[in-house]
Amino acid sequence: MGASFGRGGATGFLQDLEKADCIVIQGSNMAECHPVGFQWVMEAKARGARVIHIDPRFSRTSAQADTYIPIRAGSDIVFLGAVINYILSNDKYFHEYVVAYTNAATLVSEDFKDVDELDGVFSGYDPETGTYDTSSWAYDGVSDHPQGDAGGQGAESEESASERAAGHELGGHGAALEHAEVKRDETLQHPRTVFQVLKRHYARYTPEMVQEVCGIAPEQLLDVCEAVTANSGRERTTCWVYSVGWTHHTTGVQGIRGSAIIQLLLGNMGRPGGGIMALRGHASIQGSTDIPTLFNLLPGYLPMPKVGPHDSLDEYLKEIASPDQKGFWTNARTYTVNLLKAWWGDAATAENDFAFHYIPKLTGDHGTYATVMSMLDDEIDGYFLLGQNPAVGSAHGRMQRLGMAHLKWLVVRDLNLIESATFWKDGPEIETGELRTEDIDTEVFFFPAASHVEKDGTFTQTQRMLQWHHKAVEPPGDAQSDLAFFYLLGQKIRDRLAGSTDERDRPILDLTWDYPVDEHGDPSAEAVLREINGVHLTGEKAGQALNTFNEMKDDGSTAGGCWIYTGVFADGVNQAARRKPGREQNWVAPEWGWAWPLNRRILYNRAAADPDGKPWSERKAYVWWDEVEQKWVGHDVPDFEVAKPPSYRPPEGASGPAALSGDDPFIMQADGKGWLYAPTGLLDGPMPAHYEPHESPVTNPLYNQQANPTRQVFPRPDNPSNPSNGERGAEIFPYVFTTYRLTEHHTAGGMSRWLPYLSELQPEFFCEVSPELARERGLVHNGWATIVTARTAIEARVMVTDRVVPLPVGGKLIHQVGLPYHWGVGNEALVTGDSANDLFGVTLDANVHIQESKVASCDVQPGRRPRGPELLEFVADYRRRAGITLETGNKLRYPHSDATTGADTDGQGEGTP
Amino acid sequence: MDIRKTFLEWPVVRQLTGSDPLGRGAAVQSKRSRSLEPRTTTADRMVQSVCPYCAVGCGQRVFVRDERVVQIEGDPDSPISRGRLCPKGSASEQLVNSPRRATTMLYRRPRSTSWERIGVEQATDMIADRMVESRRKRWQDTDEHGRPLRRTMGIASLGGATLDNEENYLIKKLFTALGAIQIENQARI
Amino acid sequence: MSTQAFGSSGIDQAFGSSGLDQAFGSSDPNGPARDAGWEDSPPRVGFFTDTSICIGCKACEVACKEWNGNPDDGFDLLGSSFDNTGQLSGSTWRHVAFIEQRRPAGTAAGVFLGMPESPARPPVELGMPSLSRPGDSGDTDGRTEFRWLMSSDVCKHCTNAACLDVCPTGALFRTEFGTVVVQDDICNGCGYCVPACPYGVIDRRIGEQGTKNVGLAQKCTLCYDRLKVGQTPACAQACPTQSIQFGTLDELRERAVDRVQTLHDAGVSEARLYGEDPAGGTGGSGAFFLLLDEPEVYGLPPDPVATTADLPRMWKHAGLAAAGFLAAAVTAFAGRRR
Repeated sequence: MGASFGRGGATGFLQDLEKADCIVIQGSNMAECHPVGFQWVMEAKARGARVIHIDPRFSRTSAQADTYIPIRAGSDIVFLGAVINYILSNDKYFHEYVVAYTNAATLVSEDFKDVDELDGVFSGYDPETGTYDTSSWAYDGVSDHPQGDAGGQGAESEESASERAAGHELGGHGAALEHAEVKRDETLQHPRTVFQVLKRHYARYTPEMVQEVCGIAPEQLLDVCEAVTANSGRERTTCWVYSVGWTHHTTGVQGIRGSAIIQLLLGNMGRPGGGIMALRGHASIQGSTDIPTLFNLLPGYLPMPKVGPHDSLDEYLKEIASPDQKGFWTNARTYTVNLLKAWWGDAATAENDFAFHYIPKLTGDHGTYATVMSMLDDEIDGYFLLGQNPAVGSAHGRMQRLGMAHLKWLVVRDLNLIESATFWKDGPEIETGELRTEDIDTEVFFFPAASHVEKDGTFTQTQRMLQWHHKAVEPPGDAQSDLAFFYLLGQKIRDRLAGSTDERDRPILDLTWDYPVDEHGDPSAEAVLREINGVHLTGEKAGQALNTFNEMKDDGSTAGGCWIYTGVFADGVNQAARRKPGREQNWVAPEWGWAWPLNRRILYNRAAADPDGKPWSERKAYVWWDEVEQKWVGHDVPDFEVAKPPSYRPPEGASGPAALSGDDPFIMQADGKGWLYAPTGLLDGPMPAHYEPHESPVTNPLYNQQANPTRQVFPRPDNPSNPSNGERGAEIFPYVFTTYRLTEHHTAGGMSRWLPYLSELQPEFFCEVSPELARERGLVHNGWATIVTARTAIEARVMVTDRVVPLPVGGKLIHQVGLPYHWGVGNEALVTGDSANDLFGVTLDANVHIQESKVASCDVQPGRRPRGPELLEFVADYRRRAGITLETGNKLRYPHSDATTGADTDGQGEGTP
Repeated sequence: MDIRKTFLEWPVVRQLTGSDPLGRGAAVQSKRSRSLEPRTTTADRMVQSVCPYCAVGCGQRVFVRDERVVQIEGDPDSPISRGRLCPKGSASEQLVNSPRRATTMLYRRPRSTSWERIGVEQATDMIADRMVESRRKRWQDTDEHGRPLRRTMGIASLGGATLDNEENYLIKKLFTALGAIQIENQARI
Repeated sequence: MSTQAFGSSGIDQAFGSSGLDQAFGSSDPNGPARDAGWEDSPPRVGFFTDTSICIGCKACEVACKEWNGNPDDGFDLLGSSFDNTGQLSGSTWRHVAFIEQRRPAGTAAGVFLGMPESPARPPVELGMPSLSRPGDSGDTDGRTEFRWLMSSDVCKHCTNAACLDVCPTGALFRTEFGTVVVQDDICNGCGYCVPACPYGVIDRRIGEQGTKNVGLAQKCTLCYDRLKVGQTPACAQACPTQSIQFGTLDELRERAVDRVQTLHDAGVSEARLYGEDPAGGTGGSGAFFLLLDEPEVYGLPPDPVATTADLPRMWKHAGLAAAGFLAAAVTAFAGRRR
């Protein structure tokens, strides 16, 4: 999303769904995973909106949709591409919006070559490293942009490995451009305009291709195309809803990009009832990216510095945001300096670059899966698990558990004794004999955690809104909040290092670590929120909270821990604690909680008005230019400089906010436009192209390139991959499986499998199969099935249901198996069972290092799995039969490099197209 | 005790003397039924909160009596949820008060087959010691080209998506100052 | 059961003003509270459960248990779609049924209701080599249209409530809101009410010794305690889509009729109300439903009749006989005097 519009996170708010005329839910099971949010879909439906659900499984969402279309897991980009193709081929795009607000008219470099020309990869691909030199994707005349130069010769450099996380960095701003002077052809006719490039790129995404790849009939595709185009334009808007059904793929970011292109072409961004609703699964998962507990980010989407290009503050700032580009991201220096001042106070001075050198530097991928592999190599001593249960919730559970057995010490902080806390005595590897409790050296500390009612604080929910929850009671027994624990831990560490003259201890000793405490010694969450918001340090306002990030200075006279959250303490008041009842406000409800940035509820809402500042229609009026008052007004806080008239045109040579025209609604973008085509910022292509999942029983018919050529593979003996179609042994794993959640449970079960009221509703792990697959494999309803991949085999009760439909794909019938992933093996929970995530290996998306855990291939057999060491032998036998080696599935440029292969060795007959 | 009054309270007397001669309603209402009061009104206080499960962010009302949570239900004031909760949100009281909830600090020694109890303060001290040691042991001043790294690779963390912003902030701040970089959460999972 | 009534006010009056066939209730389904001795009773309240917008989330089941402190009902996978509750019981007072339904082509109304458009199609022959591969043997089994029905069941709070009729202790009683409630402090667990319920709703709580109210008859109270202070019952308050609607019965009935009309206008001709009809066998329910198929499909009895419906007729005959005897006796005495 950041790459398309300039900010991550949902572009609107849940209540606004009721204003939509059409809602497409794709890659999300909203009714089950967000039931209370789904009330707004039901409201829209009651008002006559069309609701379309596109998903591999017929779920409780499908049951309420007007239209349900089953799709093969991992083929969404083909479907979206065909919708784009339909829009472009039939001139169904919102012409005025597209020309004014997107980069459709911008010219792309002559050096750019599309996947069609290069047989499955974009220009700049290096088959040796599996990465792109993205410089050829640039706009015409903006050749040598600073970011995205991820390629290089020889082995993948450490810097480029860190770059892989770039997608996440675009949560608060768009990618950098050297400058904003681009060539445009507003007739959209020049062959190198983004518009024409797009048109050519999606020409092969035809209804026939959708049928071939997704298993969706042309009439079903046409139905959706007509619905979304008929419900877009001046008078009507369509909203797209997605969640992890899209992100958990090796092409995850590009799936979201696909819907972004559609929504820009149809003119649905920044408007009521439009936008892209990203539904997040955890109470504060948006907050934990905004204020990141992520390796590659600092608060407010400032990137963590990388060794080399970011050795000094100036170098860092020069690279993350060119001072010559448009928009607010040119103020990155201010935001960085304020963070440094918040953390290191008086020790951060202009003379020492505000202690920028205190920040540790990255040298590559330090993500969670890389970390687990480091554990297995005995490179990590200590590990904290904070409300997270990777033994069940992370891909490749066996690798997670074995990794933890290599630790010296493990800290688990949770409400319940989760499987990750007890793996050393009741994990699956104890049963198989791979681990013996008496041999595991890991010290384990289990700290009971405080629940949400036992502490003050804010969650940032799915629509970027911070809501304060008040402490109601004291935590029971030994339980304490993470705030109290980390505050105390920090003090204890500082005590131990006090008086140290070692330079390496300066950052911890100089750290501002002094918060007011209550009678129990617990730090004040409100004081922390105030630090996050920021304060004036000097001058007559010294000590007062900042009202907006525009008050931040880059000279050290202000400090603020997360610039996008500045304003949450505006006027010295905790705005997140505001609770003016919804019924006393309009549907935007601006006085309930506080949303970043600056309490704007629909982002890019300048686009709700036409270039002249008038609403596109009365029906969809939202924010508009008031000629009398000479400012932007409306139902929401304008996401625009409030006094900048629509007619404003920047003077020559302008940069930063001043360079934004009165009709540049995407104010965090380097050119002020919505990006149909991403000239920079992404690592796997400027436009979404379909690649098959890492493990697939289907050959990619679109390109001579099976899977995403930039996906991050880990060819290790403990991480084998199933062969995909076209590889030897693919027939051993003929089925596709996908994982999902149920309403009755929460993720890895830490907050649901211990509760009788939830556990009784879904007591056992089951697999959903079609009657056809049940017949084919002899599966009995309510009996047992064993599901096998190259990693392991798990057992599940069988649910034979018409809700699962085999799809005709690639000339055969593809069976999909649905697996809810809430259960885990252990002795503490009320209900336990094998964990679906144990089936996955580790293969990651190039942009954000998210694992592909929504789709893989498998075999299914009737009956229960073997127990103990026999299980290992059972799976090893599968690997032998499939001929799996380290190379299997892990070749990046494939089958191109050995394209001479006309047919497969085992007579599969699919060959390569 | 007022015997006459007690006598008049007898259902059969109420039945015979009142308007419910069949003894199907008012006449047979028990004393407890008559004095029934919901714990939402007998609570000492109500505190507004936010559901801890998914990211819809439904409003919750937490009712407290005698310093114990007695009820958690939807907050009708919330413009997002309008007082409604899903089954998980509706089970929040059980999440807080479940007898199965772990409320005791536990420690497992290397190679031990069981937990033992230790104090939170002692455990925190032990972790502080280990942090300092692991940080030092796995410290990297520079890379192979002599460029500054200023970090430790000995300590990692996973979690945060269910925590408060303020907690994530302190975690990131502390770990970054310590030079620990392998800090991750559910957003990548 | 109160036979004293005969003595004081005559047979007809004792059984309500409308005649004996209306059992012990009232012909006016809004007035059972008045007939149970509640003067100045508030309007009768109840539930309208619109199953056409149920998303099967089971929030009602949990909210009910949490509010009422009811124990779990065991951890068994039933293999009955997503329903692992099975039925209403002494510990479960809301139950969401899930019905996976194949329908012949052309019977389902298209849009509005969320009936999927042919999820299954026959495999397309693309002229690939006809090697036998996994999946080749499968066919789509003639599947055409499919729908997944969900419905949250609950005690009906009948106008003519057989459970109440047979309760010998006065534990079951009609509240001022017109609802039917078991009083835990009076119930002795005799269980007469259990077979009396035509819906199979009320049940004695099963559980280990020490379980709250174990052995006592238990069922939905329509959150009697919450009603007393004007609060919405827990299930209706939680329901994310307002499939469960709480309100005064009059208003709910109007709303329900409108909703059926809306659905019929949208082509959903199978939408119908269940349990709202005052002429029905239980005299109209305090909790009624909008269904999208025959009641049996949801596990509801098609034509429930209060098991005590024949009692008044029997009492009437018995009463007339008794009156006859009395008359005969009086005549006899009178005759003697003569």
